[in-house]
Amino acid sequence: MLAKCFRCVSCAAKSLCLPAVFLAAHVLFAEGPRATPSIFAPASTPATSIYQLSLFVLTITGAIFVTVAGLLAYVVFRYHQHGQDDISEPAQIYGSTQVELAWTVIPILIVVVLFLTTARMIFAVQDAPKPKSALDVTVVGHQYWWEFNYPAFGIRAVNELHVPLSSPQDPKPTFLKLLSADVIHSFWVPQLAGKTDVVPNHVNELWIDPQHPGVYLGQCAQFCGVQHAKMLLRVYVDTPEQFAAWVKNQQQRAVADDRVSEGRHIFETQACMNCHTVNGTVATGRFGPDLTHLMSRETLASGAISNTPEHLREWIRNPDTYKPGSLMPAMQLNDQQLDQVTAYLETLR
Amino acid sequence: MADSTYPMPGSLEAAPRQRWSQAAILEWLNSWVVTVDHKKLGILYMLYSIFFLLVGGVEAILIRIQLFQPNLHIISPQVYNRLFTMHGTTMVFLVGMTYIFGFANYLIPLMIGARDMAFPRLNALSFWLTFFGGLLLYYSFIGGNGLYGAGNAPDTMWWAYAPLTERAFSPGHSPDYWALSLIITGFGTIGASVNVIATALCMRCKGMTLMRLPLLVWLNMVTSFLALLAITPLTAAQVMLLIDRYLGGHFFDTQAGGSAIIWAHFFWIFGHPEVYVLVLPAFAIANEVIPVFSRKAIFGYPAMVAASVGIAFVSLGVWAHHMFTIGMTSVGNAFFVLSTMLVGIPTGIKIFNWLATMWGGKIRFATPMLFATAFVVQFLLAGLTGIMLSVAPWDWQLHNSYFVIAHFHYVLVGAIVFCIFSGIYYWYPKVTGRMLSETLGKWHFWLFVLGFHVTFDFMHIPGLLGMPRSIYTYEANRGWGTWNAIVSIGGFIQAIAVLIFAVNLIWSYFKGKLAGNDPWDAWTLEWATPSPPPSYNFATDPVVTSRRPLWDLKHPEDPDWKYE
Repeated sequence: MLAKCFRCVSCAAKSLCLPAVFLAAHVLFAEGPRATPSIFAPASTPATSIYQLSLFVLTITGAIFVTVAGLLAYVVFRYHQHGQDDISEPAQIYGSTQVELAWTVIPILIVVVLFLTTARMIFAVQDAPKPKSALDVTVVGHQYWWEFNYPAFGIRAVNELHVPLSSPQDPKPTFLKLLSADVIHSFWVPQLAGKTDVVPNHVNELWIDPQHPGVYLGQCAQFCGVQHAKMLLRVYVDTPEQFAAWVKNQQQRAVADDRVSEGRHIFETQACMNCHTVNGTVATGRFGPDLTHLMSRETLASGAISNTPEHLREWIRNPDTYKPGSLMPAMQLNDQQLDQVTAYLETLR
Repeated sequence: MADSTYPMPGSLEAAPRQRWSQAAILEWLNSWVVTVDHKKLGILYMLYSIFFLLVGGVEAILIRIQLFQPNLHIISPQVYNRLFTMHGTTMVFLVGMTYIFGFANYLIPLMIGARDMAFPRLNALSFWLTFFGGLLLYYSFIGGNGLYGAGNAPDTMWWAYAPLTERAFSPGHSPDYWALSLIITGFGTIGASVNVIATALCMRCKGMTLMRLPLLVWLNMVTSFLALLAITPLTAAQVMLLIDRYLGGHFFDTQAGGSAIIWAHFFWIFGHPEVYVLVLPAFAIANEVIPVFSRKAIFGYPAMVAASVGIAFVSLGVWAHHMFTIGMTSVGNAFFVLSTMLVGIPTGIKIFNWLATMWGGKIRFATPMLFATAFVVQFLLAGLTGIMLSVAPWDWQLHNSYFVIAHFHYVLVGAIVFCIFSGIYYWYPKVTGRMLSETLGKWHFWLFVLGFHVTFDFMHIPGLLGMPRSIYTYEANRGWGTWNAIVSIGGFIQAIAVLIFAVNLIWSYFKGKLAGNDPWDAWTLEWATPSPPPSYNFATDPVVTSRRPLWDLKHPEDPDWKYE
């Protein structure tokens, strides 16, 4: 109800920002993912709405700046006293009620316009109704990695979030429920939506409807400890076929390959299994990432390194090489054991 | 520049200089430790503030070296996290909270025609509490057997969000040093605030009504009220945190049902008024400098007072704009958008009044005025990026990004530090009897302006490109490297400028031009005393009849009181 009120009054405000909207429409969904996750390259409705609002606010603040800074520049050049000869004092003026009233009332009007426009956008994004076609994902933030649960499919993915492509004709938004296993994190993929904090003991929500396939980059945006900087995020926006194939693969049990049984034996008899799960085996730890489909991911260590056998081996040997301070300990395996465990993990597709 | 003395009733001759011997030096040192003189304590506060400005600056330079290019490993993540936590904590609590009382202590009694602060011994106690609180904070670098080589220095950001500070996630003593040392400096702040309020209300000389109070005194009084209200919830929260850590409490312990969000509320209900606690005394300096160097009375004095009080009131109701992303309801978000935007109105009034004061004046750009003018431009920009951040949906993108860092450094450096420099160049002659070198001052100003803009103008950009704050390094392919390199170079330029300032402070103390009582041809009472002023300032209580007592004396044909 409140939202409706704001909507009516802010229609007037909206017409003021027509040029900005036109500009925004120009790039609307025209671009896909970028290596630089700019907030000015939106690819999903929440990010696009924010982008349009930001252009409106930039227009207003830009106008204020030009006016006031222009006045100041005029004052500085016009009233700058060059010589020291003239020691007479200028006329003393103590104030003027009319002038002061003017520069009080005009800012009040600007605040009214800005507030109504902003409030309307808050309600539009934050209280958007969830359509039936929406996909639910529960995100759990951990110290320096991400867990993504898909209750509808019984999947637990890690660090790389896969979501389906959405379009105005066939809306398939993803609604994220944000939880934390330890401290406060923040989920931020700038091209898709503004950030929302991931708070322990407090459920937050966030939605995206990406309209262009590809990999969108982001990272944790709330300081969460030593390796906050390497708590990176990758969102894969898949076409319906890609997404279905990915889901199907994730639902499989872990591949069991006898050629790597030594590695598997080490994994299951050392402490690895205390923290990691490999579905269908005795390894059921929940403290670290699920490794059942490790090889389906493009990166390791929450996006810090690409998923190659060399990186994986070094990561197992000493995680501090790539993420000093990460919570995974170096297990002091010898070279042969390292090769065997790496070979085992390499089979987990 | 006029250098004449105006016979004010009650001014004293300067005390005779003493000869130096070992005993005299010891006595001189002792006099600084046991002093209850507001001027000496003011100087101590300022020296303390400048010292930690240099320390915090070194931390900033180390941070900028590490961020110069992506994936550098010059500083380990553990040490980096300590550096930015200590940089923030130092700059806010040890620099920001002490320069206020430096200026307030030194100037308020002189400006209101009093012989000292209301409670001189409380004044000394407050300073030494703050002093030892700061030492305790820095002892954390060497104290205890730290896990990572930098002792137990705090490493949980200056806002120390729970539950990262709980023992499960911070097993050392880093949150303890942070909480305990800030509780101690907080008590110092409370004592000093009580003193400022009592002095400004009760110690005014005859004729100095509240509406004739110099704006510097008004703003410091408002600041002190605000500090009293703001420090208390922080201290309470820190005590609760210590109870959590050592007495089995669960206030913020989310693993046992505590609330992380309550900590955020506690912190920001301190943290937002705190911003105004820091910036109002900066406005106070500009309010004195701009009129004198424009040769005009301040435009709209009552509006300036009302705007300051208005800012203080509104600032108590805006704290949750630091929490737009933490998951408040849409109505809650909208409320804090409105209250935050409202701050823009009294702030705008101030900027317009400064402009109107300069309008039609005869502006002399000595170093204090250069800094004050740059302050007005930069504060305008800081206010405008503040409006951008108050737009909650946009804040969902900008929050905790480098855009926010650029914004609040625009306030803290562009506004506050510029005003501190302006104030130091303005009152240094009064304090020491010698002028700061104008040549070095101009070098300092132009280099600092250049460095400031290279650093903080360009720092907005990586924020818009998705770079979050408090990361010890960043990915190479994100396109942030060039911007960070530029920002770092600007930081180095600022460092050079600050070194020139430090040299100027020391060189001018011994070799500077003699100042005389009133080098700037100014109008408030402190300029009626000798430079430096003698103990007890005035032999007899002065009597004033307007806001600008020295103007009245200099211009008996056109005194201010005719227009009040």
